[in-house]
Amino acid sequence: MAAEITRSRLSSAKRIWDQLFPALISIAIAFLVGGLLLLANGRDPLAAYASLWDGAFGSFGRFTETLVKTTPFLILAIAVSASFRCQVWNIGAEGQFMLGAITSTWVALTFSSLPLVLLFPLTFLAAIAGGALWSGIAGVLKAYLNANEVITTSMLNYIALYLTAYLVNGPMKDPQGFNFPQSPMIQASLQLPLLFPGTRLNVAFLVALGLVVVAAVFWRSSLGFRTEIVGASRRVARYAGLNVNRTIVFVSVLTGGLAGIAGWGEIFGIQYRLIQNIATGWGSLAIVIALLGELHPLGMVVSAFLFASLVVGGDAMQRNAGVPFALVDVIQGIVILLVLSRSYFFKRSSA
Amino acid sequence: MNLGLVTPVFIIGILSASIRLGTPILLAALGEVFTERSGILNLGLEGIMLMGALMGFLGTYWTGGNREAGLLLALVTGIIFGLLMGFMSITAKVNQVVAGLGITILGTGLSTLLYRLSFGLRSQPPTIQIFPDLPIPLLSRIPVIGTILFNHSAMVYAALILVPVAWVVLYRTRFGLAVRAVGENPDAVDTRGISVSGMRYAAVVIGGALAGVGGAYLSIGSLGVFWTQMTAGSGFIAVAVVVFSRWDPVRSLLGALVFGFAGSLQISLQTLSVPLPSELLLMLPYVITIVVLVGVSHRAEFPAAYAVPYRRGGE
Repeated sequence: MAAEITRSRLSSAKRIWDQLFPALISIAIAFLVGGLLLLANGRDPLAAYASLWDGAFGSFGRFTETLVKTTPFLILAIAVSASFRCQVWNIGAEGQFMLGAITSTWVALTFSSLPLVLLFPLTFLAAIAGGALWSGIAGVLKAYLNANEVITTSMLNYIALYLTAYLVNGPMKDPQGFNFPQSPMIQASLQLPLLFPGTRLNVAFLVALGLVVVAAVFWRSSLGFRTEIVGASRRVARYAGLNVNRTIVFVSVLTGGLAGIAGWGEIFGIQYRLIQNIATGWGSLAIVIALLGELHPLGMVVSAFLFASLVVGGDAMQRNAGVPFALVDVIQGIVILLVLSRSYFFKRSSA
Repeated sequence: MNLGLVTPVFIIGILSASIRLGTPILLAALGEVFTERSGILNLGLEGIMLMGALMGFLGTYWTGGNREAGLLLALVTGIIFGLLMGFMSITAKVNQVVAGLGITILGTGLSTLLYRLSFGLRSQPPTIQIFPDLPIPLLSRIPVIGTILFNHSAMVYAALILVPVAWVVLYRTRFGLAVRAVGENPDAVDTRGISVSGMRYAAVVIGGALAGVGGAYLSIGSLGVFWTQMTAGSGFIAVAVVVFSRWDPVRSLLGALVFGFAGSLQISLQTLSVPLPSELLLMLPYVITIVVLVGVSHRAEFPAAYAVPYRRGGE
């Protein structure tokens, strides 16, 4: 698995096809099974999928909404991949996202009198710090106390959920918000500029693409290489004199910081205030996107876009065709299981 | 804060509720003890419990209130998902952590989808009658202890009885010995002519079945409804309980009761209107899970072949 997951240097067209083929088949099977489930329940799968397609790509406006959703999905997948490449199974991206959202909103509201040149970068750094802290807890507990990171990060997700609920109902609640559980709005000068007027697509999308480049460069750097060695084999890494524990904490902080940026983008680009449940299910989505993209920055661009269109289209499908959005979650689950077991099913084709 | 409410009856109520709230975690943890002893870490418990909760509910609803039918359906669903986890981890030799996550994602999505396809969006959710309390004659009359221990539904008693049963199977039968052996030294088991894969499949299926039943307790043993993600992390908490128990059924009971108590205390503190926001109280079980996990993990001796797929001759 280590070799499999880290082996992702695309070299030739053959290699690309060998990696793409199982992914495409997995998605096709997932859609097929989803369709059969609908059929068994007396629904029309073709109408459902047509409505899904139309919802994601039916107009320029809808297409920009798909890119709006691609933004956090892509950043979260890059975040998750940092830990996964090091075989640290951090599933807490959702909680780290919320922490980034909380800390950056808090800075924006508390220090609103600061000059913009200072305040704007400060909100960004606060988001990174919030996410990194949350994830760093799990990293330290894993590295030095052997606490299973899947459990700790999953528990931290629930804690972050209730922390957000507490804040928007208590200390950070908008006094003029008609008792809605939400924080006051951040000032207009902090809101991220739109790429196209009349849409919600904003600069955060470019930040996401920038992070793809950063990730690609990072994994080719010597630091990235050393991180991957720790992922490939803890034993070999120790033999090579690498500090395994410190690397585990490092990737955890990296994952959390990146997830925090995703939270920042969502608040400053879309919501403009802290509210609850803005990232429900995005943590597991990020895992599926990262694994489907083979933890490769470019691969994750493609799979993030794919799942963003599924999510945006799935919303439309629920509204227009009356088919539950949860169909998208089932497709996710099938895709991840098939992608994982691909080396079993596709032994011959990739040999 | 109203301390006048803290009467003996109130405290007995907290302890009795601890047992009820600990039951789904206990059931899942007992199964996971077998699974992990055989060398497989099943992090799909959360998804399997959700499927069990849903199928238990649907089975009861479809049969017009036959809870035993619901329970059976949940058990079968758990077995199927256990087989799926077995296929991923034993046959396809996929990384078990990610395979478990995949099962959890699938179970979460599938339970929501099937529920929505069955009932649509309703203002009033469909309900079923839960297993009734069966006070045990005489024993339930014992002051204090009777109310805490002998005034529950059949599922709670069954879960408690399963603790010694699991202990005997694990430590006093050939099957249990083989399960422990494949988790510690699969090569030795293989040379004895026992199928490593077969034993691991058996163990992961037991784990799946009990997780399905544990999930069903939530819907047909306790709440009478189903809702999306109603397990709220119980599957992951059960895995933490297993580590806490050092892979022992009896200590799993203790661990499950600790979490049952955390949940019960949280509810009780809210009724006492302690000057703490309810959101912070709701964090309690999750914080305790982390603290407990950290407390036991650094000196826990995991099974030697834990989470390592078996390949003959270590190829």
